[in-house]
Amino acid sequence: MQSIVEFKNIFKSYPGVIANDDVSFDIKKQSIHAILGENGAGKSTLVKILYGHVKPDSGEILINSDLAIINSPSTAKNLGINMVFQHFSLFESLTVAENLILGMNENISLTKLKDKSKTICDKYGFNLNLNSPISSLSVGQRQSVEIVRSLLNNPKILIMDEPTSVLTPDEIRKLFKILKNLVNDGLTVIFISHKLEEIINLSDYVTIMRNGKVVSTISTQNEDSETLGYKMLGYKVSKAKQVSDINFSQEIFNIKNLSTHSKDPFTINLNKIDLNLKKGQIFGIAGVAGNGQKELMEILLNENDYEFSGDIIFKDLKINALSTFQRKSLSISYVTEERLGHSAIPEMSLSENIFLSMNHKSEFKKGDFINFEKINSYASDVIKNFNVDTPSYNVKAGKLSGGNLQKFIIGREIMSNPELLILSQPTWGIDAGSEAFIKKTIVELSQKGVSIIIISHDLDELLEVCHQISVLYEGSLSNPLNVEDINITKLGKYMGGLFD
Amino acid sequence: MSIELIIGILNVILISTTPLVFAGIGELVTEKSGVLNLGLEGLMLVGAVTGFITLVLTGNYFYSLFLSIISGVILSGIFAFLVLNLMTNQIATGLALTIFGIGLSAMLGKKFAGTPIDGLNPYYFIVISFLLVFFVAYFLSKTKTGLIVRAVGENHNSAYALGYNVFKTRYLTIIFGGVMSSLAGYYISICYAPMWQEGMTAGRGWIALALVVFATWKPWRLLVGAYIFGGVAIMQMNLQAIGVKLPGQFFNMMPYLATIIVLVFISSNKLRLKINAPSSLNIPFEKNQ
Repeated sequence: MQSIVEFKNIFKSYPGVIANDDVSFDIKKQSIHAILGENGAGKSTLVKILYGHVKPDSGEILINSDLAIINSPSTAKNLGINMVFQHFSLFESLTVAENLILGMNENISLTKLKDKSKTICDKYGFNLNLNSPISSLSVGQRQSVEIVRSLLNNPKILIMDEPTSVLTPDEIRKLFKILKNLVNDGLTVIFISHKLEEIINLSDYVTIMRNGKVVSTISTQNEDSETLGYKMLGYKVSKAKQVSDINFSQEIFNIKNLSTHSKDPFTINLNKIDLNLKKGQIFGIAGVAGNGQKELMEILLNENDYEFSGDIIFKDLKINALSTFQRKSLSISYVTEERLGHSAIPEMSLSENIFLSMNHKSEFKKGDFINFEKINSYASDVIKNFNVDTPSYNVKAGKLSGGNLQKFIIGREIMSNPELLILSQPTWGIDAGSEAFIKKTIVELSQKGVSIIIISHDLDELLEVCHQISVLYEGSLSNPLNVEDINITKLGKYMGGLFD
Repeated sequence: MSIELIIGILNVILISTTPLVFAGIGELVTEKSGVLNLGLEGLMLVGAVTGFITLVLTGNYFYSLFLSIISGVILSGIFAFLVLNLMTNQIATGLALTIFGIGLSAMLGKKFAGTPIDGLNPYYFIVISFLLVFFVAYFLSKTKTGLIVRAVGENHNSAYALGYNVFKTRYLTIIFGGVMSSLAGYYISICYAPMWQEGMTAGRGWIALALVVFATWKPWRLLVGAYIFGGVAIMQMNLQAIGVKLPGQFFNMMPYLATIIVLVFISSNKLRLKINAPSSLNIPFEKNQ
């Protein structure tokens, strides 16, 4: 079949890094072409070059065998190239309709837009309410808005950057069906992922990238996740396997009858949540995004004096009213969902970011001054012990790749010797290597007697590391399930709210 | 109080409030696109003095209006170049623009202070100011270009990723804001006073800035807010006339005091500010390399 996109010797370097090194391969028309690679392998840079978002140092792109000079996203869109971003490019305060209009090349009236988007929604099974503001939508719904927005332009090529990292198994199945239908209708899909199973299930071809170079471009037909994983990493990944037959006895953390009664329409109210956590246990909280995870995490952190009824008890001590730092002093550690802006400040160096989280510890201060010696040595230890790929602790947090920054943040918290570690989306959107490392670290930590709560949308992750899992649905938490008794059907039902 | 007095007061309020509406609505559009321009006071003064001098020298209202507008285009164009292309700090640059405008207008106007002129009828401008608020409200909420302005102010990275020209949008909104400030100044020196005096805008640029926040970036609220401030300003004169026994300085202080009280009141509701403020306000935009 004919090629629709041809990359010819694309080269792009940033200070200190070569993002794309002589990248050449073709993408066939009407195929699903995956680009697979570790974090920092250069896949995002490459598609951003195709989308005109990043300018290559040298090299050419041919579209339908014609040389294309794509120097801005609007040129790309005129060539029929559309992109669905990993961190969505939606406008939070605007409505769905306004977001759709903004994505369109042509001017269109609101009624026409409604007709057009309805046709697309009906055909491919999207469900959108045009008048809702984006801020009220779940992550899955937001992605639907992005996809519909791209489709409204009748694209020839649709680029999707890590589209499944925020979806439930059901939503992923639905998305794949939609993508396959779209390809049958003439679209070419470029799909960036690091999830091997997905690539095998979905794509026709896969280009594997490592350190900015193309390793190979192959048909996915004869591959399985093991062979593909080896090609991607250049080494084998071992799975973290949780030891299941332990008797946990000592209770360490309890949530009793926790409810919230907020009148803010943009938040989910929690409803009589009970949770028991034993020493050395890993407890997973599963569920689709937007079912109260954010609110629960906020209460556990207590950054904003969130009002609630019920009790939170840590080692027989009621901690309802304690501040974040007071809780940290009791040896509870947190890793929040947003890496940049919440867990770490992008403009500050890694050492400085250490201090921000360890402010309650006197060992990092000299009177009122910061003890930089201590902090720097702490930062170096984190970098060394947790395989953080960075030249020094003076690098700004925002310069690190997602996986490296996450390893750094988790390392920072673990090295403060917590008894309870609460993680939210610990492997969200990071590469396979870092993900495996983080999971392994979590499992080892629990074996040392640390109790862990993981709030995550990623079922595979929870099933791999947790002892028990509950599902959060519209603010209610299901009864806990032991991992060995769980099957996906049951969990799927729970995620749809079918539990007592 | 007689009917005549009330009508008289309303009339004075209408006449004195119009510059706030002009400057405020211009700044509102600029801020909606994500740029904070603190140079309103300077822009107003230069607009006022340019119009005044041109009128004295040529006697032609059209030329004076035209050159006043051109002064706004040039000054706000320089501001736009600094904050957009050179990515200077918007607050510092805006303050510099105000200081520059105060100095420049004082220097240019030195010889013309106190020169008598025939003022223009303010009612043209009053009508235009109302139409302008209507137009801006319609533009921002109903047109695609208005939607693009809001999108750029909301999230410039997403807007760029969708193929919109962030620089062009912001250049245009900054220049629109600049022209509106010049018009406000022109109105003060040609219709309201009509005369030239150093620093004659008397802090109206700052009140207009506060009004944008007071209005939570909504055009109609800005109009209402402007008239409340205008009313307070006029009330002080009338209270003095009636014979309320308070020091004159207290009355002079009232509009500014009202500004501060309103701003404190508005800032206390964090949720409302968060929902309404353009998210990219005062954040420089850097294109990906």
